[in-house]
Amino acid sequence: MRLFTDLYTALDQTNKTNEKVEAMREYFEQAPPADAAWAFYFLSGRKPRQIVPSRKLRDWAIEQAGIPEWLYEESRDTVGDGSETIALLLPNNSSTDDTPLRVLVEDQLLPLRGAPEDVQREAVTSAWARMNYSQRLVYNKLISGAFRVGVSQQLVVRALSQISEVPVDVITHRAMGDWEPTPEFFTGLLNEHLETDETPIARPFPFHLAHQMDFAPHDLGDLSEWQAEWKWDGIRSQVIKRQDEVFVWSRGEDLITERFPEIAQAAAALPNGTVLDGEILPWKDGRVLPFTELQKRIGRKNLSAKILSEVPVILQCYDLLELDGADIRAFEFATRRGLLEETVEKLPPEARAVFRVTESVSARDWLHMAATREQSRLLGVEGFMLKRRDSPYRTGRHRGDWWKWKIDPLTIDAVLIYAQKGTGKRANLFTDYTFGVWKDKELVPFAKAYSGLTDAEIRVVDRFVRANTIETFGPVRSVKPELVFEIAFEAIQRSTRHKSGVAVRFPRILRFRTDKKIEDADSLEAIHRMLDAYQNPT
Amino acid sequence: MKRGGLITLTSRGLFCKQGDFYIDPWKPVPKAVVTHAHADHTYRGNQDYLVPAEGALLSRIRLGDEAQISTQSYGEVANINGVSVSFHPAGHVLGSAQVRVEYKGEIWVVSGDYKLMPDATCAPFEPVKCHHFITEATFGLPIYRWQPTGEIFEQINSWWRRNIEKGKVSVIFAYALGKSQRIMNGIDRSIGPIFTHGAVERLTQAYRESGVDLPPTRYVGLVENKKEFAGSLIVAPPSAQASTWLRRFGTHSTGFASGWMMVRGARRQRAVDRGFVLSDHADWPELLEAIRSAEAQTVYVTHGFSEEVVRYLNETGANAVPLKTQFVGDDDAEFSDEESEHYGKTHSHDHDGGENE
Repeated sequence: MRLFTDLYTALDQTNKTNEKVEAMREYFEQAPPADAAWAFYFLSGRKPRQIVPSRKLRDWAIEQAGIPEWLYEESRDTVGDGSETIALLLPNNSSTDDTPLRVLVEDQLLPLRGAPEDVQREAVTSAWARMNYSQRLVYNKLISGAFRVGVSQQLVVRALSQISEVPVDVITHRAMGDWEPTPEFFTGLLNEHLETDETPIARPFPFHLAHQMDFAPHDLGDLSEWQAEWKWDGIRSQVIKRQDEVFVWSRGEDLITERFPEIAQAAAALPNGTVLDGEILPWKDGRVLPFTELQKRIGRKNLSAKILSEVPVILQCYDLLELDGADIRAFEFATRRGLLEETVEKLPPEARAVFRVTESVSARDWLHMAATREQSRLLGVEGFMLKRRDSPYRTGRHRGDWWKWKIDPLTIDAVLIYAQKGTGKRANLFTDYTFGVWKDKELVPFAKAYSGLTDAEIRVVDRFVRANTIETFGPVRSVKPELVFEIAFEAIQRSTRHKSGVAVRFPRILRFRTDKKIEDADSLEAIHRMLDAYQNPT
Repeated sequence: MKRGGLITLTSRGLFCKQGDFYIDPWKPVPKAVVTHAHADHTYRGNQDYLVPAEGALLSRIRLGDEAQISTQSYGEVANINGVSVSFHPAGHVLGSAQVRVEYKGEIWVVSGDYKLMPDATCAPFEPVKCHHFITEATFGLPIYRWQPTGEIFEQINSWWRRNIEKGKVSVIFAYALGKSQRIMNGIDRSIGPIFTHGAVERLTQAYRESGVDLPPTRYVGLVENKKEFAGSLIVAPPSAQASTWLRRFGTHSTGFASGWMMVRGARRQRAVDRGFVLSDHADWPELLEAIRSAEAQTVYVTHGFSEEVVRYLNETGANAVPLKTQFVGDDDAEFSDEESEHYGKTHSHDHDGGENE
């Protein structure tokens, strides 16, 4: 694991894209396919389920370091990462472990899952004894299922494409869906003979992703070249029917067929060799339910008849990627859309009730389109998706053909009342905040937000928190109410679980309002008025 | 702090009533005994200063020509209103001292900032036995354990060499007083030329004049042809990182030398290419070692992870008390004005004590 640790360290040490790609090229050129397959697996964000719970690793590390438990916890809060804390606390060791990555993972790590505790403990502590600091860090992350490194799969694929000369799109497609990190898989990934590539029937296509529009819509040119659709807030999914089997994939490449029996059932009615792209939505009485309803359903281990009837789902279909077993991604969007409509029309009514071709919204010009967009919040959508009529279905995030034209978020001014230290890059900085709004003469917690401030602003707030702590509750501090922030969020709904009586979607800090005093912050009544105006009827 | 003890904490700083002097005061007083020349220990505006002779040139730079400064060598004993006062090496930076104060058999040691690891640019830490020991706790958690300094210098050397291969200038950010000179002294000076930021250059001169062996350096501001920077190492204070000052070097790689670099998150917050774990403060084992060797009946713990160190000491049989001073001891000078290009001018008395928890 020497090579792989060096790669991890190199990737961890730079934030420059070209240096990351170079480090990965160097690695993949040297590593044998058996190790490279696992490296690709981990780098592309896949991970085996947790092998040994981090809690156990923690306990063994505390013993080895000979420190009290509370001191571990203080250290952990400062480091912001359990694996790293353990690596820092273990007694020094200068030896280096040379076990190949494949052997480490397949022969040493995976067999430990579910093994008796003393076996796990012996294996882990003796591994620690063989390894230096960096290797322990990587090992801890692999074994606790916490491995993450700052590269996207796109970047890994770019490195592989550079050393193999196989196009990025081809490698990306070959790496979709489920696969085993075997040397054969890895060699196949870089096989330059494209025609010998046999697509496994479950394999989805890479999703085409849109960028947020950061300019005025009329800069897109003639409206007639574009199609507008409502932008749904659900689970982006691909529905595949091949050789009488059905597969439903989420954008995170999780196979979610069994979580959505309605979709799977409807998909069975599709002809073989069909792939739909769309959004899974909680849907009842002809309209979308709040996203939190879908979350409720996702959270359930067993889908009871009750939850299925309370939160039924549909698929808003907006693209067709495969027809009669042929990849039609290169067709123009307008053509694909026509074929999608035909495909869905031929389905029996029960399936058509689940697969709904998403509405195409038309208007005279951009101005009218913008006016129509104002209905978004009432319809429970996030705005528009704009798609160029003659565009192909591309791989990954792309500027130019698809745009998200979202409505402006709702905003309120709130006061910082609690703070907690962040993790990772934000370790040892107070970056996780709870904001309050006025209810009579009191500030009540309203939302938590973690992002939106610049590094310089974070440092200012961090110092404020340290100097103005009122009380400490474990990791959380209550602070003197003084700082006002403008908080943005996408949607608002009534909630019995929140003290304020409302829950908001995607809260984040829009601005640090140094110009405002706490008396200027919003009140709970104002938020409840917002609720009345915008809440989706449930 | 113990009521009626020889040294008490006041709003101006640590005060010895019997001797009528303060140690490292943060507000103006008639007589200040000062441990070392870092901004959070040497404030302007006091009437008289007593500083360790070994660091006198640095104190003069910080305090300006007008300040009334007396000096006293390590080990010499002064009598201030019947109180014996002596300086003992703290190993932190050139001329840094622990202040030993004795009156009627009661001995206090104010250790200022210190480290135990060898440093060729200053005298090594000298353990001083006492009844009451005041210690810092900047790196008072067991995650902070320094590697041997030689390994760190080797990391800096190979980073510098690799940058040269890639046609990049190497810019290393380090505290202007102490860390910068320690780096210059420790690295392989045959690799390439060394240039300095103004704040660093002035202090580097003072180090040379004090007899510390340093390689030749040139002040960046005097270089007219930017090509001269090729293959060089630039030593600059952390505040230069966000400035346009860096543009003149063209393609460059940045490094940061600080004890905080021990933690990956801290390095990422800094957004530098490389972090080098090099500190002028004691790490966890050194803190415990220094505290043990003082053999004090009471240990007062100030800036840094003081609450954690106090709790650990009390659980392991020592008698420790937290002490809320305004020292920073930050090591990466985030909250210090130390590195303004016009060294010493922008200094204010309202030092930010943000990290002092």
